[in-house]
Amino acid sequence: MILGYTAVSFPLSTWRSAIFLVAIIGFVLALKGLSSPRHARPGNLLGAAAALVAVGMTFSAGTVNHSARNLGLALGAMALGTAVAVPAARLVKMTAMPQMVAIFNGVGGGAAALISVTELLHVHSTGVSPATYVIVEALLGVLIGCVSFAGSAISFAKLQELMATRPIVYPAQQPINALVGAGIVALFVTGVVTGSVAYAFGVLGLSLVLGVVFTLPIGGADVPVLISLLNAFTGLAVAASGFTLGNPLLIVAGTLVGASGTLLTRLMSKAMGRSLPNILFSAFGAVVTATGTTEGLDGKSVKTATPEDVGVLLAYARKVAIIPGYGLAVAQAQHVVKELADELTSRGVDVFYAIHPVAGRMPGHMNVLLAEANVPYDELKEMDEANPEMPTTDVALVVGANDTVNPAAVSSPGSPIYGMPIVHADEAQHIVFLKRSMRPGFAGIDNALLFDDKTVMLFGDAKETLQKLVGAVKAA
Amino acid sequence: MTGIVWYLTIFVLAAFVGYEVISKVPSILHTPLMSGSNAIHGIVLVGALFIMGEATGTAQLVLGFVTVFLATLNIVGGFVVTDRMLEMFRAKPERSPAPVSPAASQEREDGSS
Repeated sequence: MILGYTAVSFPLSTWRSAIFLVAIIGFVLALKGLSSPRHARPGNLLGAAAALVAVGMTFSAGTVNHSARNLGLALGAMALGTAVAVPAARLVKMTAMPQMVAIFNGVGGGAAALISVTELLHVHSTGVSPATYVIVEALLGVLIGCVSFAGSAISFAKLQELMATRPIVYPAQQPINALVGAGIVALFVTGVVTGSVAYAFGVLGLSLVLGVVFTLPIGGADVPVLISLLNAFTGLAVAASGFTLGNPLLIVAGTLVGASGTLLTRLMSKAMGRSLPNILFSAFGAVVTATGTTEGLDGKSVKTATPEDVGVLLAYARKVAIIPGYGLAVAQAQHVVKELADELTSRGVDVFYAIHPVAGRMPGHMNVLLAEANVPYDELKEMDEANPEMPTTDVALVVGANDTVNPAAVSSPGSPIYGMPIVHADEAQHIVFLKRSMRPGFAGIDNALLFDDKTVMLFGDAKETLQKLVGAVKAA
Repeated sequence: MTGIVWYLTIFVLAAFVGYEVISKVPSILHTPLMSGSNAIHGIVLVGALFIMGEATGTAQLVLGFVTVFLATLNIVGGFVVTDRMLEMFRAKPERSPAPVSPAASQEREDGSS
């Protein structure tokens, strides 16, 4: 009889599963595409299409639309979400992109946690007591989702500079963290043993606290790696809610992101020359040495120059390296820097951009900004490609960068950034720093290169200074 | 193979696929890849819709509504922001090969007058 049933009819649930399988294939191909420059954009669009198909299929499944009230609420929430998300994603400045990713990631984690809680509530309201593994899955979803939500919120606040970007340390930090962890374990175990939903809310509350205390000691410069890690966490939380709901699509999509996100996090921390445990647990920069004065350690002071001096220096150079950093991004100076480069190129100067992997606030961030200004792709040199050129470079023009050219990363083992690969601006014949002030960089440490004999400083807004330089080069 | 073991099998295999599929990523694509995978876990919306559909009573309805709202933010915002990032990589080969002619003709006019 069973055989006859399967042979005759092909039930709707099978169709739905088949469509979900198509969506899963779409997601795998999307990830594949996103990891190569040529296929990245189509890959992303493919992922969006797969998501659209899966969401559409969910509406046909009969679980959402059995009640007009629930269907209305679902559609209302989606309309509201779209109305908020599209303008936010469209209008955000390119410089604020990392914060935006943090927010979208955090709300995903929050959604996954709420799914687990609500499913537990629902199962209880039907009078069935759930199996032990169901409670474990649900509580895991709550735990990971809430850590991701709270951690992303703190990351956002740090990147938006709503709070100090320095690592936040306080007395008894480790014991407090341990206490929070132990509290979660206790609530988790009690929740599983008793099967009571109340403990799920306890786990929810304490996991939010854990997300905060886990994120506070991580320094601003490491926040991009943190966001990537929290992205992987959200993936796992989604997978956990897939277990709770018995939905393979969520399990696969969540796990794909969890696994690839973990690998990406490792690649990123490698690009910064730091190990992941080091980033997460070392309270980076607890030994803050920054003074932010114009006096060096050995009493040397910085040399300032006028735009005219530097204009002449650039105009008669043979090879100029432009080393952009976050300061270029905040000043929105990517278009002017291209103007300067064009002016120099037209005078026969060989110009290239030396891009540190974590220039800006995220790996690849600077490439995006310069691409926005139509800088030709072949003038962008990755750090490994640019460094061999530095000794033969006449002028290294450092625009709003600091930590990524700090020789302390190579020369002083005690420095918090020791071991991070840097662009070797110090090997060029002349170094020109365009900076707003003597304020230290994101890592919060002094840069001896500012006091070097070969270095001159041009203080001021990067965009205005560059405009003056363009004029000075034209006049030279 | 049913229930939890079946799901665990899917989980383990998906973990291997996720790890293998992005084996080599140039660092310029780290940010878009993070953003893109962020959008993919926005598929949590499907779970949120299931929750919303079966919700009964005020507490579940409110939680369901908030969940669908948050998941929609994740999925819509995630894909849109990633697309905006990748848009920047597109306009590369516009090396404007023709500015010579207008500039040159301008000069000639200037010279003749």
